Amino acid sequence: MARFRVNGVEQELDIEPEMPLLWALRDELGLTGTKFGCGVAACGACTVQVNGNPVRSCVTPVSAVEGTEITTIEGLTASAGALLSPVQQAWIEHQVPQCGYCQSGMIMAVSALLTSNPNPTDADVDGAITNVCRCGTYPRVRRAIRSLTSTTTA
Amino acid sequence: MKMNRRRFLLGTTVIGGGLLIGYATTRPSKHAQANANLATDEQSFLTTWLRIDPDNTVTVIVPHSEMGQGVLTSLPMMAADEMDADWSKVRVEQAPATDLFANGVLIKGFAVSMGVSVPRFLDGLIDTAAQIMNIQITGGSSSVRFTGENGMRVAGAAAREMLIKTAAARWEVPESELTARLSHVHHEATGRSFTYGDLVTDAARFEPSPTPVLKDPSAFTLMGKSIPRIDIPAKVDGSAAYGIDARLPGMLYAAVKTSPVFGNKLVSVNSDAVMQRRGVVRVVELEDAVAVVADNYWRAKEALAALDIRFEETANDQVSTQSIYAQYDTALQGELEEDVEEGDTPAALASAAQVIEATYRVPYLAHAAMEPMNCTVHFHDGKCDVWTGTQDNLGIRGRVASVAEMDENDVTLHPFYLGGGFGRRLPNVTNTIDQATRIAQQFDVPVKTIWSREEDIQQDYYRPAVTSKFRAGFDANNRLIAWENHYIGRNEPAEAAHTPYSIENKSIAFAESETHVPFGAWRSVAHSQHTFFLESFVDELAHRSGQNPYQFRLDMLADKPRHAAVLRAAAERAGWERNLPEGHAQGIALQESFGSIVAQVAEVSITPDGQVRVHRVTCAVDCGRAINPDTVASQAESGVIFGLTAALFGEITIEQGRVVQSNFTDYEMLRLADSPEIDVVTIKSGAALGGLGEPATPPVAAAVANAVYILTGQRVRELPLKNYRFTTVPPESV
Repeated sequence: MARFRVNGVEQELDIEPEMPLLWALRDELGLTGTKFGCGVAACGACTVQVNGNPVRSCVTPVSAVEGTEITTIEGLTASAGALLSPVQQAWIEHQVPQCGYCQSGMIMAVSALLTSNPNPTDADVDGAITNVCRCGTYPRVRRAIRSLTSTTTA
Repeated sequence: MKMNRRRFLLGTTVIGGGLLIGYATTRPSKHAQANANLATDEQSFLTTWLRIDPDNTVTVIVPHSEMGQGVLTSLPMMAADEMDADWSKVRVEQAPATDLFANGVLIKGFAVSMGVSVPRFLDGLIDTAAQIMNIQITGGSSSVRFTGENGMRVAGAAAREMLIKTAAARWEVPESELTARLSHVHHEATGRSFTYGDLVTDAARFEPSPTPVLKDPSAFTLMGKSIPRIDIPAKVDGSAAYGIDARLPGMLYAAVKTSPVFGNKLVSVNSDAVMQRRGVVRVVELEDAVAVVADNYWRAKEALAALDIRFEETANDQVSTQSIYAQYDTALQGELEEDVEEGDTPAALASAAQVIEATYRVPYLAHAAMEPMNCTVHFHDGKCDVWTGTQDNLGIRGRVASVAEMDENDVTLHPFYLGGGFGRRLPNVTNTIDQATRIAQQFDVPVKTIWSREEDIQQDYYRPAVTSKFRAGFDANNRLIAWENHYIGRNEPAEAAHTPYSIENKSIAFAESETHVPFGAWRSVAHSQHTFFLESFVDELAHRSGQNPYQFRLDMLADKPRHAAVLRAAAERAGWERNLPEGHAQGIALQESFGSIVAQVAEVSITPDGQVRVHRVTCAVDCGRAINPDTVASQAESGVIFGLTAALFGEITIEQGRVVQSNFTDYEMLRLADSPEIDVVTIKSGAALGGLGEPATPPVAAAVANAVYILTGQRVRELPLKNYRFTTVPPESV
């Protein structure tokens, strides 16, 4: 049995302990907002938060998240109430997504970064946000992050 | 006959009290092969249309796939603007390929029931109508400039005319006294107004004009404005559904391993070894692949990895990148096919005071769309349902029907957002679709086939590796008088190897050289290779003849004012060779593709470990005019980064007949930290609309390589740049 909370809901799954969290979320729980991109933690499309920390769920076995609190993109939206979270709002404001496939992971990574470091330097951002976006939304990702950090500073 | 066709060009239908206006368009002949699978003539005509409901909502149905290029927003903007619809009351629907044709009432009003060759047949018979019908549907950065400009706008304007006519009849006033605004028709003189919803039922009785009066750009209310994209909210909250997200009751998952040497057949697999594993349902043997089907994708993938799969060995096992390049070199020594022959190039080269030669190469590239290839198929009750994101829903539906040997009317395709297209999801590159179909044929439940990233990288239809040889001649006055270019490939589009510069003697020829490596369209198709070759070699010629590379180009564009203006705009905006930080240099490149002209200036430095760092790319674009300027900017940014990823990192190598690279670990992608600032300048030339999905990709590699030359004195004639260790040299020694 794998036990963890996902977006505030206790989950108990009869699955192999070595099953990656990604496939438990997608195929067992139907939370398809978290995406499969590479399977080797190289692209970040599968990023979720485990106890608030960004984690690449495609290489994280469910045994490693036993008893933790997991937040997915669906949970980020829900936890912000009727509105979207500030990162999501900034993503709309700056019209960041194109195909959009990598953006769940991108948003989860950025949101974790800004929670732990509300005023990251560009170097902090470069170091933390290593997600691949094949459409090349990076200029807008950076702009959207800057808009959030300057707001926080002010 | 003529009249029938004219009448059918635009048709109306009343459904649920609403007015539906359709616009007949046709598919490009170059896609004839893919379309051969389409069963009937009627179905080969897609329609773009809009619907007005009595509650005054306007629904625009978009027959193109949204893959991040913003087409779900820009096309509706064009229709809504012409019909003076209130944007806040406009809804957008993706045209569902099957519903479109399953419902005969819908289609009959709009689709022209005639053969695929109709546009050519009609040429000269029906003036504007012929042009209007001559529309490309998929790919080629075509949505806005063809479907939008000739379809959506016309349908919107026709609707507006019908609504005004209806109001004029009801009020018994001349149409000239009426105005349309924000989904209302107003009679200003008496202060009366109707909503479009009030008028739709009667309006549907009028025949829509195939040649309505279109707005002058000065009257646009939506076109030219940065309207927020309709698809973005769902893409930030995780609710946007891609093909890979399809979920169906009882669904199984398939993981596939295909012969790593393209085309080699399966010899054996020890299926029994995994049948006891949890969740494994069946091992499916295909001609050149093995699939494990299980109740969870991870279980299928793990079981697949545990199998001992043997493929045959063939002569192709000996093929390598080196052997392919050697084959190319041999082909270029042989007979060539002529493309451009202007003046007398051999004579000009023979008489030239200086002849410069160079050979360029680029490697194979994979598409690597972020959403791994996938397709869900369900065979049931003699029918078939397909869930996947494609660049041509009808083409893919036809493909599935053909593989399954079914009538395509029995196949329903459920469209999804595409997690990247870039040419990988076109209907002529269907190995994933074919496999998914064949696997699902063995089940009566839905089966979702998902390719691993490794399969995606190793079973692609690659951008072809190309070798391109140049000779150029200068006369005694240091004037470029001869240009000779011989390359490998079957280009699409052919003009990719055409340089815009005015040179008296030009000779361009090519040789084909078949390999077993599958190839396909990769964002901007042949332009991405050839623009690197052309614009690097032109740069080389500028330096070798002691001229400034910007001025050298400009001097040869006297008869190409649009090109010259774009080049100038890029140079001016970038501050060409002015006030650059120490250790930085700029390179410039220019190309026209898909009806748009793009010039880019890259500002570059060399890192202490000899790698290229791109700080800023200035991108000047002339696409006629922008429909949604913010989307133009984002497509330009996207194109630059796509091209830059290829220039810096992109390389698929072949060893022992198979692809060496396997994932983002060895097929690297540009990331945020390496992403340059991108400054997009748009030039409103007022020329015919150009596409924007692709044109920003081609120039960047040459722009960067040309800057590298200034910093290092080394001319980059092969990509990617990561394979070099550069050493900077003082500028004066270059």
